[in-house]
Amino acid sequence: MVAFILRRLIQSLFVMFFVALVSFSMFRFVGDPVHQMVGIETSLEEREALRERLGLKDPVVIQFGHYIARAAVGEFGLSYQHQRPVSDMLLERMPATLELALVSAIFSLLVGVPMGVYTGLNRDGFFSKVFLSLSLVGISLPTFLIGILLIFIFSVQLNWLPSFGRGGVIDLGWWTTGFLTLDGWRSLIMPSITLGLFQLTLIMRLVRSEMLEVLRTDYIKFARARGLTNHAVHFGHALKNTLVPVITITGLQLGSIIAFAIITETVFQWPGMGQMFLQAVTTVDIPIMAAYLMLIAFFFVVINLIVDMLYYVVDPRLRVDTGKASGHG
Amino acid sequence: MAEIRATPGRGWVESVRRFFDGDIWYSFTRSPMTMAAGAVTFLYFFLAAFGPWVAPHDPFDLASITLLDASLPPAWLEYGDPRFLLGTDIQGRDMLSAIIYGSRVSLLIGFASVILSLVLGVGLGLISGFVGGAVDAFIMRVAEVQLSFPSILVALLINGVLRGVLDVQNQADLAYAVLILSIGLSNWVQFARTVRGSTMVERNKEYVQAAHVIGISPALIMWRHILPNVLGPVLVIATIQLALAIISEATLSFLGVGLPPTEPSLGTLIRVGNDYLFSGEWWITIFPGAALALLVLAVNLLGDWLRDALNPKLR
Amino acid sequence: MPLLEVENLVVEFPTRRGTLTAVNDISLHIDEGEVLGVVGESGAGKSMTGAAIIGLLEPPGRVASGRILLEGERLDNLPYEKMRRIRGKRIGAIFQDPLTSLNPLYSVGYQLVETIQTHTDMTPTQARARAIELLTEVGIPAPERRVDQYPHQFSGGMRQRVVIALALCVNPRLIIADEPTTALDVSIQAQIIALLKRLCRDHGTAVMLVTHDMGVIAETADRVAVMYAGRIAEIGPVREVIKNAKHPYTHGLMGSIPSIGHDNERLEQIPGAMPRLTDIPVGCAFNPRCPHAFDKCRTVRPDLLPVEDSWTACWLYDGEAGRTIEASKTLVAATKADALLERNHG
Repeated sequence: MVAFILRRLIQSLFVMFFVALVSFSMFRFVGDPVHQMVGIETSLEEREALRERLGLKDPVVIQFGHYIARAAVGEFGLSYQHQRPVSDMLLERMPATLELALVSAIFSLLVGVPMGVYTGLNRDGFFSKVFLSLSLVGISLPTFLIGILLIFIFSVQLNWLPSFGRGGVIDLGWWTTGFLTLDGWRSLIMPSITLGLFQLTLIMRLVRSEMLEVLRTDYIKFARARGLTNHAVHFGHALKNTLVPVITITGLQLGSIIAFAIITETVFQWPGMGQMFLQAVTTVDIPIMAAYLMLIAFFFVVINLIVDMLYYVVDPRLRVDTGKASGHG
Repeated sequence: MAEIRATPGRGWVESVRRFFDGDIWYSFTRSPMTMAAGAVTFLYFFLAAFGPWVAPHDPFDLASITLLDASLPPAWLEYGDPRFLLGTDIQGRDMLSAIIYGSRVSLLIGFASVILSLVLGVGLGLISGFVGGAVDAFIMRVAEVQLSFPSILVALLINGVLRGVLDVQNQADLAYAVLILSIGLSNWVQFARTVRGSTMVERNKEYVQAAHVIGISPALIMWRHILPNVLGPVLVIATIQLALAIISEATLSFLGVGLPPTEPSLGTLIRVGNDYLFSGEWWITIFPGAALALLVLAVNLLGDWLRDALNPKLR
Repeated sequence: MPLLEVENLVVEFPTRRGTLTAVNDISLHIDEGEVLGVVGESGAGKSMTGAAIIGLLEPPGRVASGRILLEGERLDNLPYEKMRRIRGKRIGAIFQDPLTSLNPLYSVGYQLVETIQTHTDMTPTQARARAIELLTEVGIPAPERRVDQYPHQFSGGMRQRVVIALALCVNPRLIIADEPTTALDVSIQAQIIALLKRLCRDHGTAVMLVTHDMGVIAETADRVAVMYAGRIAEIGPVREVIKNAKHPYTHGLMGSIPSIGHDNERLEQIPGAMPRLTDIPVGCAFNPRCPHAFDKCRTVRPDLLPVEDSWTACWLYDGEAGRTIEASKTLVAATKADALLERNHG
């Protein structure tokens, strides 16, 4: 187990290194950092001095080393556009994005898994067909379109829910939360549905196909032959065996939910990191883009490690590596 | 998880069933849904090809647009004008024509970027699977890292970088290239992984070994012997990727980093119309949105059907 | 009254291009404590018969007609829930592949306790004690420790012992054993068969032993049914069927078994292959491969007829045709049969 986790850690480090390389290349080679930092009236000498001071004249490898060292302590430089430290800007906006991502992930799991189980068990049932058709529609509707439709129905026509922003937010000093006010929750409903719907359809289809696969296995047939109740066969034996792939994909999806939030945040003017990233892309504000990329990669790596640990809880074959297949005949 | 699964070999009943299920055309004619999707897709292709001749108005002909016709609702509503079936936007442009022109752009960019991902992915996949070793490890690692990020984020990053490098703000005609590149480059991984997998299987088969022994060049072996074997899965992926590429393009345009309002795709139309959602001119957004959803849905249905028909086990 | 009676059972598979008949009008019975061997090539319908008896035909397969009775009670038309209570409790099952029959995510003890508690009122502690007892009985060393281990920690043979323990855990009256040794190493096959035989004798459990291995049948069964293309070709006491085979197909099967002490002998094979269910020949299904086929075989389907101590479905024994199978062939089969039968009831 330790060896396995260690191997995954090394893989994660590789991913981080690679992303850092991309991020650094963007930072260093797209546009001129000095040009972006100073005003037009800055003289050529002053620019050269700044170049020297920023270490832009060092060999590229050394610059990359410095970049990683600074990134490791959350230092990503100043935003071209806002002239503020990028890390401060990201930290300010992180709670909004993470709360949105969390609520959507829970929503998509709580709805997607039961729907997947249901459609897997009642393969030809009426509701299964309805769910499957709906899921295809769900996959075919671009996220932003779902958001627009929801706004059109629930904000413009019915006037039930707020169409933008986080609503009432309480500042805890290190974190701002919308979880503590009714208004905050009301504001969360549409964005989290919009963000979670795509993952929901994916999870549902995945659970369904895994269920169908598992229900065909010999051990399910044998479980039935032992006279176990349908409940035990379906939920005790079948569902548990679908968990490993479901955990994998869900983990990956959680990572992408945070990134997918870019679109949802734009539609609902949600003050999160994604919205900031998009503004950075529009204005080619490279430090923000680079930092955002690193941050997403970091989230991704952390989630992956958690997923790996979950495997051990679910699958005994990974847990025990002693006494393998001992005994004979 | 592969080893948990039951080994195949449910005997001939299963193989008989699989044989019948593998009948591609039969499954097409049997599913009305698939046939409808095929018809809708064909309609879009037709409109895309002959748009300028079919559309009732030319949305880019400034001479024919007057502000007098601005913000007209669809023809069947009060104040609707029979000349403009789906209404007009705030500049007086016919929505139906704008949608036809927009679909044309969406399909064009969708196709171009899928072709780019396909060529790139299949090529890298073949090389990766056939050459193996360090080359394979490198390509697959890059693929893995890229796959960790949603393709829309990758597309946004590439988009941002390209715009930084190319200074697109001043060159609107570059928008097409930037879009195709950013979508195409963000979606090659699926192709590469599938092709690599099949290539590694095929590479060790006797006929490929034999071809190798009699001195046929690797490139020729790949082209003539391995490529035909991966065409099925590649076709399935390409269809599903087309739907994805159309969504990506619409999303990028909606987010404001795609096509400018002067050359609107469906996504741009939705973006522009979105500003008027609250003032009551819902048709400016909803119709292009519905057109986009219908197109993607039809392509997705075709992709689903194709996947099931080529590989009934996956159903 | 026999323990199990199968009367005119027909199992069908509706497909897009017509209905396939996997089991075509078969009747058989199994007495208390008896071992009935069912032998045939793959696709002969033997596994389907077993699956129909425990009510686990894979859809779209279904019992189209006929009756299945366990101790006089009809099973084939029972609702799912009632049938479930019979499975495991009154009819146990053992499947072909022990490697895939156990759920990899649960310990062996969990799966035993779960089965015991489904069918009895035992407390978890009692059930666990019973589980350990069962593991001891099927010959698993250190059962107190092994009971908490997972299937992947057991070898193939050990896993099949666990499967047998699972099938026997609430003392069913009948066990359907579908190719219980096919997936195992040859050296382990004999151990498993011996174990199954011993346990069933001790508990007085009847067994329907489905296999394609005539050797296993000869060693284990009291009676044997030979199946071909969904029908019973021959059924009778194991000695009679093996030593004095009537049906040309049974002859063929016997001829294809290798035996010790006949070094020069060429293994005979039956020409051709079993027909697919989509095109079963008119008349006797075996007629295209049969060396003795005559006109009637190609037009009229034979039913089981009593011939000496067994029953066979072959026009050769209809009286008019008389017995035409060469004596020499029967002789070869007989010496081979002696060798095979040596270990039966031994």
